[in-house]
Amino acid sequence: MSKLLFKNGRIIDPASSLDQIGDLLVEDGKIADVSSASLSCNDADVVDASNKWLLPGIVDLGAYVRDQELKATVESESAAAANSGITRLCCMPEYAKPTDSTAEVNLIKDKALASGKVRFEVIGAMTLGLKGERLTNMGGLKKAGCVAVSQGHHKFASLDVMRKAMEYARTCDLRLFLQPLEYGLIGKGCVHEGAVATRIGLPGIPVTSETIALSNILLMAEQTHTRVHICRLSSAAGVEMVRQAKARGVAVTADVAAHQLHLSELDIRDYNPICHTLPPLRAMSDQAALRKGLSDGVIDAICSDHQPQDIDAKLAPFQEASPGISALETLLPLTMQLVEQGVLDLKTAISSLSASPAKIIERSSGGLSVGNDADVLLYDPHAKWVLRASEMVSGGKNTPFSGHEFIGKLLQTYVCGQRADSLA
Amino acid sequence: MSITNEKLVPGPLPASIQLTKDGQLKHFLDIEGLPRSLLIELLDRADQFVTLPSNTQKKFPLLRGRTVMNLFFENSTRTRITFELAAQRLSADIVNLDIRNSSASKGESLLDTIRNLEAMNCDMFVVRHHHSSAPHFIARYCAPHISVLNAGDGYHAHPTQAMLDMLTIRQHKTHFSDLVVAIIGDIRHSRVARSQIHALNTLGAKEVRVIAPGTLMPVGIEAMGVNVFNSMDEGLKDVDVVVMLRLQKERMQGAMLPSEKEYFSLYGLTERRLKLAKPDAIVMHPGPVNRGVEIDSSVADGPQSVIMQQVTNGIAVRMAVMSMVMGTRSLEQQANV
Repeated sequence: MSKLLFKNGRIIDPASSLDQIGDLLVEDGKIADVSSASLSCNDADVVDASNKWLLPGIVDLGAYVRDQELKATVESESAAAANSGITRLCCMPEYAKPTDSTAEVNLIKDKALASGKVRFEVIGAMTLGLKGERLTNMGGLKKAGCVAVSQGHHKFASLDVMRKAMEYARTCDLRLFLQPLEYGLIGKGCVHEGAVATRIGLPGIPVTSETIALSNILLMAEQTHTRVHICRLSSAAGVEMVRQAKARGVAVTADVAAHQLHLSELDIRDYNPICHTLPPLRAMSDQAALRKGLSDGVIDAICSDHQPQDIDAKLAPFQEASPGISALETLLPLTMQLVEQGVLDLKTAISSLSASPAKIIERSSGGLSVGNDADVLLYDPHAKWVLRASEMVSGGKNTPFSGHEFIGKLLQTYVCGQRADSLA
Repeated sequence: MSITNEKLVPGPLPASIQLTKDGQLKHFLDIEGLPRSLLIELLDRADQFVTLPSNTQKKFPLLRGRTVMNLFFENSTRTRITFELAAQRLSADIVNLDIRNSSASKGESLLDTIRNLEAMNCDMFVVRHHHSSAPHFIARYCAPHISVLNAGDGYHAHPTQAMLDMLTIRQHKTHFSDLVVAIIGDIRHSRVARSQIHALNTLGAKEVRVIAPGTLMPVGIEAMGVNVFNSMDEGLKDVDVVVMLRLQKERMQGAMLPSEKEYFSLYGLTERRLKLAKPDAIVMHPGPVNRGVEIDSSVADGPQSVIMQQVTNGIAVRMAVMSMVMGTRSLEQQANV
């Protein structure tokens, strides 16, 4: 296998606390050497990384591919992920065809492998058909390679089912990815309950729909000694609950969608259906708490919460428009913007995209240490560019960030030392 | 429909789309965002259309040759008929479409429904829809020559109702700036209340109060510029205008309210309660009235009630709005020639 030598780049690897100008050598798909001294290798292809950054590949903990609904395909989303610096993409179980059997898991993995871009990790369904009633064959799902199990956006028939699913998942050594949504309080709600929702006359989703579900999950995890990962926090009160749970020793981790760190209820004032999300975009004070939660480590990871939608699903009055943002291609830019805004330091920002999420799914990637898979990004921190929805690779063009200018641009994505992107 | 059509990109629906670049009324979707001068112009114009019950109804040729389509995605009798009469008295052709029983129930998207209707060459859509912002959506994506009038969308707005209420208030009171107005009932689900609040605040009312039990009071309503009361006895004190809202029967089915009887005992407008208001206070109700639920018959039919006058004014206000949005267009066209 060919060798690859990145010369003279700024190597930033939070996993090994490395931040230095140097060279990085890749052999047989693995990182063979990292050095501040000049490395030389006669038979290696050389990539000049002068004035550029070398970053670990992104591990995205939460994406919906919507392959079955024909909103996008594994192939299109794999290509989109590669062009976004995502080298490992965790797929949430989807109602249209829940990953509740080893066959479903293998199907996604095979498709991903055939598309040859980035690695797909499958998060299996916790219950058959995501109906919340009967447990899936979690032992089989684990063997098929699932990194976790989840109920996605769907509810459990009862708290007892949730408890048993937790206990059984622990038995199978599967991490639980749980999204705190109490449907009894969501009802017909579609936006954050508050003054904005009241003014524009849309039914609201109260913060308690998150905190009450979160309380159930945390208390149950504590009682059953189960590790849980909380998906897509949206509220200040939710962040505070995770902070307290961590403080008392509960084995809990949490993520937030990148768009929750940049948008708020103010973005739905004019009924923009592109900003229709679940959980909803909340108040500015919630956004501030989510940002702070990241910077002080209460929230472990930033994910895309990618949900591609076709144009017809969004070209409707707000309540009729399907929720979700096509978010793979904005994950890195939005995270880097937090550094530029002084919200996160560079190390925390990169870690929350790589080392932290990799640790949550117990994959050794997410770092640039010798021996690791060479999932490497070449990044130009100075390049300015403008996102155009129409130019996105994902099957879903539903982004509220079209037209935004970003500073810093991904140039190349390598998965196991192989170029995966189609960037110019 | 092709995605390459730039117009067909999902995006924000700001209330500013109801005005042309030079500030004329193009659509009538929401009171919020309209300047005070425009509301006054609308009321002044409506005054000209008000006819006394004893007089023969005058017909104006202002909309001759125009076609108005009533698109009601939600049922309504009163509002639909007043729009119909308003269009007829302006000499327009009017078509009523009961969308509930046609395309929408067959799974056609709102956009496709609109595309089909605009192909029938009409000039104005009067839209009532159970989802907030649906009229804005139609205004944003329909052919540019069409004007859209909001006849009630979700919990959001019912601007012609609010303006007919303003007209009624103005016929009885001298200055909005002297007025304390209380709106009572299901504020949470009321598009009428929201539009009234915007109209009253835009016209400079001294104070707007909302009175409702906690279950019917939306979170953060204070931000719209109102004072919140849970008690009728406190909220009605010294008000000049009492606006009662209709209580939908379905509110009794969930956990919103325990019973009609209890609601009436706590929030029903009785003669005794009305005495708390100023002696010359007027009593309004957008109709249809639930006697014995939100209002006592003796009050609804009493000397302070202006409910029937509201209905009459409804036609005048809708005539004013229709003539304004059409006038805008002809002015624009003249400018373009």
